[in-house]
Parts: sequence; structure tokens; C-alpha cells
Amino acid sequence: MKGYNFAYLDEQTKRMIRRALLKAVAIPGHQVPFGSREMPLPYGWGTGGIQVTASVLGPRDVLKVIDQGADDTTNAVSIRRFFALTAGVATTTATAEATVIQTRHRIPEKQLREDQIIVYQVPQPEPLFRLESSRVETKRMHGLADYGLMHVKLYEDVARFGQISISYDYPVMVNERYLMSPSPIPAFDNPKMDMMPALQLFGAGREKRIYAIPPWTRVRSLDFDDHPFRTINAPYPCGLCGAADSYLDEVVTDDRGGRLFVCSDTDHCAERRAAGHVGTDGFQEAAE
Amino acid sequence: MTEPTLLSGRGLNLNFGAIPALADVDVDLWPGEMLAIVGESGSGKTTLLNVLSGRVAPDRGIVRYRDPAGQLHDVHAMPAPALRTLHRSDWGFVHQDPRQNLRMSVSAGGNVGERLMARGARHYGDIRGAALDWLAQVEIDAGRIDDLPRTFSGGMLQRLQIARTLVTHPRLVFMDEPTGGLDVSVQARLLDLIRSLVARLRIAVVLVTHDIGVARLLAHRIAVMQRGRIVETGLTDQVLDDPRHPYTQLLVSSVLNT
Amino acid sequence: MAYVAVKGGEQAIDNAHAWLAEERRGDIATPALSVRQIEEQLGRSVDRVMAEGSLYDRELAALAIKQAQGDLIEAAFLLRAYRTTLPRFAHSVAVETGTMRIERRVSAIFKDLPGGQVLGPTYDYTHRLLDFSLLDDNAAVSECATAVANSDVMPRVPDILGDEGLLEADVVSSREPGDLTREPLTFPAARDVRLQALARGDEGFLLGLGYSTQRGYGGSHPFAGEIRMGEVSVEIEPAELGFSIDIGDLILTECQMVNQFTGSKTVPPQFTRGYGLVFGFGERKAMAMALVDRAMRASELGEDVTAPAQNVEFVLYHSDNIEATGFVEHLKLPHYVDFQSELQNVRRMRQEAAE
Repeated sequence: MKGYNFAYLDEQTKRMIRRALLKAVAIPGHQVPFGSREMPLPYGWGTGGIQVTASVLGPRDVLKVIDQGADDTTNAVSIRRFFALTAGVATTTATAEATVIQTRHRIPEKQLREDQIIVYQVPQPEPLFRLESSRVETKRMHGLADYGLMHVKLYEDVARFGQISISYDYPVMVNERYLMSPSPIPAFDNPKMDMMPALQLFGAGREKRIYAIPPWTRVRSLDFDDHPFRTINAPYPCGLCGAADSYLDEVVTDDRGGRLFVCSDTDHCAERRAAGHVGTDGFQEAAE
Repeated sequence: MTEPTLLSGRGLNLNFGAIPALADVDVDLWPGEMLAIVGESGSGKTTLLNVLSGRVAPDRGIVRYRDPAGQLHDVHAMPAPALRTLHRSDWGFVHQDPRQNLRMSVSAGGNVGERLMARGARHYGDIRGAALDWLAQVEIDAGRIDDLPRTFSGGMLQRLQIARTLVTHPRLVFMDEPTGGLDVSVQARLLDLIRSLVARLRIAVVLVTHDIGVARLLAHRIAVMQRGRIVETGLTDQVLDDPRHPYTQLLVSSVLNT
Repeated sequence: MAYVAVKGGEQAIDNAHAWLAEERRGDIATPALSVRQIEEQLGRSVDRVMAEGSLYDRELAALAIKQAQGDLIEAAFLLRAYRTTLPRFAHSVAVETGTMRIERRVSAIFKDLPGGQVLGPTYDYTHRLLDFSLLDDNAAVSECATAVANSDVMPRVPDILGDEGLLEADVVSSREPGDLTREPLTFPAARDVRLQALARGDEGFLLGLGYSTQRGYGGSHPFAGEIRMGEVSVEIEPAELGFSIDIGDLILTECQMVNQFTGSKTVPPQFTRGYGLVFGFGERKAMAMALVDRAMRASELGEDVTAPAQNVEFVLYHSDNIEATGFVEHLKLPHYVDFQSELQNVRRMRQEAAE
């Protein structure tokens, strides 16, 4: 785009962000402060993810952007357009074709590969913030690996509800050292982070933090021996493609309590339907 | 005593501006012993507690702690993580105001279990079992385990703080006026509880109090402080029954007169 | 009935933008508002957008106001997003407010002082009565009397007090000041960084915080030592030249609060300072900023930190309205994946509770 550098940010800024990314990769799960820039999109709408993506993107990359698992949600559209405009890179909705995937709130169902990077948009990088509001104090807790407080939260859950009641942004231990927020993905997606072949990068623009999980790193969801981590999903197959193992959105179909459960990952669902899978509420795809 | 000391301070000096808060203080504490530091407010006893526990660094002097393996550590030269680990496992701190230590928005059970979890306990049933056991030991009804501390009385809060501190079986506990601010009848029950727990678990305690009566009831030895100096030290009965230093005499007689 | 997944985000965005453009223009029978008109006639809005947008450019600020339909936070946001892309050629030398070409200068702590009190173009003593004559676009404006204030004899009031040692000395530092637009906020945050955050901060937020210090939440017995507004020169010192050159002028508002301090064991009683400096005519904000700056010095001055305005972390993390508006408004983005997991979670827990 005229008047702007490739992928919007100037090269100095990208270098600064890449240095933060390198540090983040070297210390898995550790939050690295960085000089987050003001972006033309609002804080809380993915400025951290956009800056990370802009810094790792090259002209030959193929970009996929999802929000809530879908390529067609307005914010995903807006971010994809932003990079198409400022970087001129190819974009795709197909998980397998993408080299860089920027996401808000989901990890694609399809297993990611070593030659892919997934960039998470992070609203609140500090996993302890609800328990301790001072960042000076939480920084000290991370430094000393003093995570008793997080377990107190889990204890309180079990004492009150008989189970751990966190359903998204479920805290994880990375490489058995740093407590980390996985961003507000459903707990359903947590197991995908563990030993993932792809590089996982996390950007929090407003909070000015970057963190990372290198490929093939152990990511463990916190739990108790006698109350192990469980994922949560609606107990149905996808109404459109019949998938029984994908995360489902609930769609209200009428005002008489009608519900339809469909894949949140729209690419996954479309691919399955193209391959001939049909759910109870779907219809046979016309041959294209 | 033939055993080596658990904690010892040598030549401790600390000034606040022109005011000497600690002047050439030497202290020794043996395993399982309770040492009371008595004096009026402003005498430097709380400062001494903070210096001994590594929370405030002295201008001069050294504090040494002997770990279970017999290794000596210079408390003020320890790296912060090691000191923090010490404070949440081998050591404990009981504040005058239990709200400083307790998490008021966390249930009684969670408060007691926190130190266990910080130390790596990962079995909910075991943690809850330990919390129930400790609530019983500090005479808090098991039915209160899931209640928030804000529903507790002052005496219960203090007992909960003690349970939270002792759950990891520390070898050394620092207590700052643990019965201060409580009614006399509540005080007596708490003192009784502290005495029996400490004796049974053989915990060494440094106790700061302005109350000679508390010191007499709990402490094996006593150190009397005035203007940052220890003016007299010895076995509790000896010091209180036969005070040598004029200041100690004054303190003891003022208690007798009230 | 077969269900077809919702699509159409692209089209929806295009349509929304087109509608927005139409609404922005309004009734085309009414003449379009020019950027020049905004710059000239909505000067206080322009000032506020420049201050919170952290960019001193009246024309761009006016453009942003026009583009944002007068939504000043949105306008500041536009300006910030533009500013961040600009190359940085040089740092200015610290501006000298002592030699400001004064348009307004008042002190609440002296009846009269060298250079006198200069009211300038203030609303202070207007009666807040709607002036219906302004309904007439062509109403004549009577000419005002002008007299150029003699800036040469206008020492800054704190300097007058400082000469007697009654006021704490300003600490001169040779350290390069911090820059929040380049480096993330870290703690403890030095005063230069705190002041930068306040200068960029939201006027309403600072006003509320400053006000709270007057109502018992971290009070510091403030006196408005001096408020001055006027033009200062901006100079840069290119390394190859070795001397500074004037590159332009800024209008600034500066507020120096003078606060009581009872002294400590080592320091005899003296007055302390709170400082505010804002782009353009921003007197309300400069005063609030000075109150909050002083409140945040509580810990440095050995005072108890109990009130929100004294909590440096709290103030600095929440004063930026661009960060705040983005994050508050992001709640309208879809969260249905998380909500869905909560829904299943609550259903499961209710079911298990019922069993």
C-alpha cells in the first residue's frame, strides 16, 4: 500500500518484535515485554496478533485468519483484508494451505505441521490476573515459580462445584516451568497445544507482551491427580458434517428452543462436507 | 544446650535515620525452643523479628539459619527464590492481624491448603484431608471448611492463620503479637492452643510481645529490649522472678501493679 | 430443514462502511463542514485530540475529528494510528516554558506577582447562558482589546518560591527520558514515564482521579501555584551542527501545583510539586494531571499509599483511553466459542448436581 511499509510496520519495529519473539521462544511460556505500537485497529481486537503476524510474514507466505474458528467472522475478515492490503500476501481459508494462521479463540481441528506458525491474539497474557491484580507481584510469582495461588483457585472450584469449572482460557504449565494463559480458547483446544509440531506465538498488544511455545514442547493443563483435566464439548455430532470430534457452536434455529450444533471450525466442516460427510441437518453438497 | 543453634543473629545493627532500631544485637534460637522478645512499642522488637526472618536487611551483622541437612545459610545473602521457598515451607510467619496473611476471598480450606499446593501437592483429596485435620487441630468446626474467612470471628481468624502456617510442619515460626487485639478470654484459649501445638510439633518460635504475661506462659527464654538493645536475656522464670536490669524490673513491676 | 452456515461478513463490512460514510456527511442540503472550519472554530476539540492523540498537528487533528463525526476518542485513535507510522528524525531539546509567549497566566497563591495575572481567552468568568445570537451564522464578533503580555518579566511562580528554598528543587536529570510509545511500561515507573502517560491520558479519567484526591482519597492540600498557556519554540540539536535550531512553535498549557508537605526526620517542612503539561489549551487536564502526578509521588515522599490516585500501577494501566476503549468495546466481538464452552460447562454441572 502506498505510503506504508510491507505489512504496515516499519522494519525497525519488526526487528524489535522479532527480538522479543526470539527471547520468547527461548524461554517457553515466559511473557516478554515489547514496545507494542499503536495499530490502526483497536486494542482488544487483535493488535498483538497483528504485530506478531506482521513481523513474521514474508511475501511468499499464505495467511489464514480465523475468529471463533471461522474465516468469515467480521473481525477475521477485517484482519485478513488488512494484510491483503498492506502486505499483498496470498490469503486462504484452508488450514492445510496456510503458512501463517492468526487466530482468536480457537485452534484449527486439523493437526498443524512443522512448517506452519499459529499466532494467537491475546487479550490478557497474565494467567494470574484475576487472583492477583498487581503485575509487579505476578512478575515476582513467575520469577519464583510460585504458583500455589493458581492451585488455590482450582481447589476452590472443586470444593464449591465438585469439579474444576474453568471452561476456556484454561491455565497451562509450559515446559514444566511457566504458568501461561493459552488465550481464551476453549479448554477443548488445550490438548492440541501439547507437543504441537507448529510454532505457537502469542501477542498481547494492549498489555504489550509476547510469549511463545516452540514446536514439540510439553504443555500441561493444570489439574489435580484425583480431578484430572477434562475437555468440554456439546454431546452431539455436527449437524452439517456429522463430525463427532470437533468443537461445536450452538446455533439457535427458532424461538421454540430449536438448536443446531455445528463445527466451529468452518474450514474443517466445509472440507468434510466436500468429501461427502453429511450430518442430520445437512444436505448433500452439490458437485462443484 | 548441646544441640547446634537453629537460628542465630550476630552484631545486628539497623538505624532508621538517626534512630538506632537495633544496636549490637546477638540472638540465638535452638530447635523446638520458644524465645520471647519483650519490650515497649518502639523498643525494636518487631524490627528484630523482621531482620531475623530476612524481611528487612540490617545495616551490619549477620543472621544464620541451619537447614535440616545441617547446612548454615546467611539469611540476608540468600537468593530471593531460596528465601521465598524457606518462607513457604520450613518457616512460618504469624501476624498480629490475620488479614495480612489470610486470603479473605478464599475459603478456610483453600487458605490452609495453599502452602501444601505451593510445595507441589496435587491430590485434592489429600489436600482437603490435611485442611480438615488442621482445622480440627485449631478447634475450627469441620463444617466451616468451605466458608470464607470474613464470616469468622477474630479468634477464629487467628486460629485459621495458625493452621495455614503450620500445615507444612515448619521448623521455625515467627510470631508478631499473635494475641494482640483479642479479648482476654479468647487470648487465653489461643495461648493454650499455641503452647500445645508448638510443644507437640517441636517447632521453634520467635515470639514478639509487649505482654509479659504472654511471654511467661509460652516462652522458654526471654530477651528484654529497650531502645534497640537487648538489655537482659535468660530463662523466662529466672528473668521475670529475679530481674537484674532496672528496665526489666520496671516492666515486671508494672505488670504486677495492674 | 437444511441449515446453511452464516456467511457474508465481507459484504456486511462493506455495507456498514458505506452507510457510515453517508451518515457522516449528513443531509447534503447542508454545506459540508471543512477541516479548516473545525481547526478554527472547534479549537478546544482540536487541542484535546492532539493531546490524547499525542501528535501536535492542528490540521490532522481537525481531519480526524471530521472523519470521526466529532467522536474525540475515535479521533485521537486515528491520530495515534497515523503517528505510530511516522519516521523519527530527531528529539527536541526540552521546551522552555519559562520563556513562553504568554496568552494566559494565573497564580492562585499570590495576589500579584512579576508580570501580573493574565486572564487570556478563558471561560472562567462567563455566565453559562446559552448565547442564542450564535444561532445566526453571520453574527458579528466585536473586536477585542489586545495588549501583548510582557513575557520577559514572567518568571514561573515555582521559581519564585524555589529561590527561598520553600519548594522542593526540581531534579535535573541528564538521563534520556523514557518513551512509552517505544518501550513498554515497566515498574517501578520513573516520573518522566508517569508524566508522559498522564499527558497522553484521558482527560475524563484524570479529572475524576484528580477530583478524588480533593475529596479525601489521597489528598495533598494543593494550591494552583501557576497555570500558564501560550506559545513555546521547539528546538532540535542536530548532532552535526552542535547547536540548536528552531523548528516551530507549540501552544502548551502548564500547571504547577504546590502541595503541603509536613517534612520528615531528615527533611524540614517544605512545599512539594505536582506537574501538568498538555498540548494546546488544556487547562482542565493540566490541573488534573498535576494533582494525579503529586498523588503518585506519595510513596517517594514517605506518605501512605491508600487511594486509587496514589496507586501508580492502577493509574498508569488505566489512563490511556485508546487502550481502554478498544478493550471495553472488544466485548462486542463474537465470543461464542467461549460462551459455548461455558454453556456446556454450566449444563453439565447442573446435570451432575441434579443427579
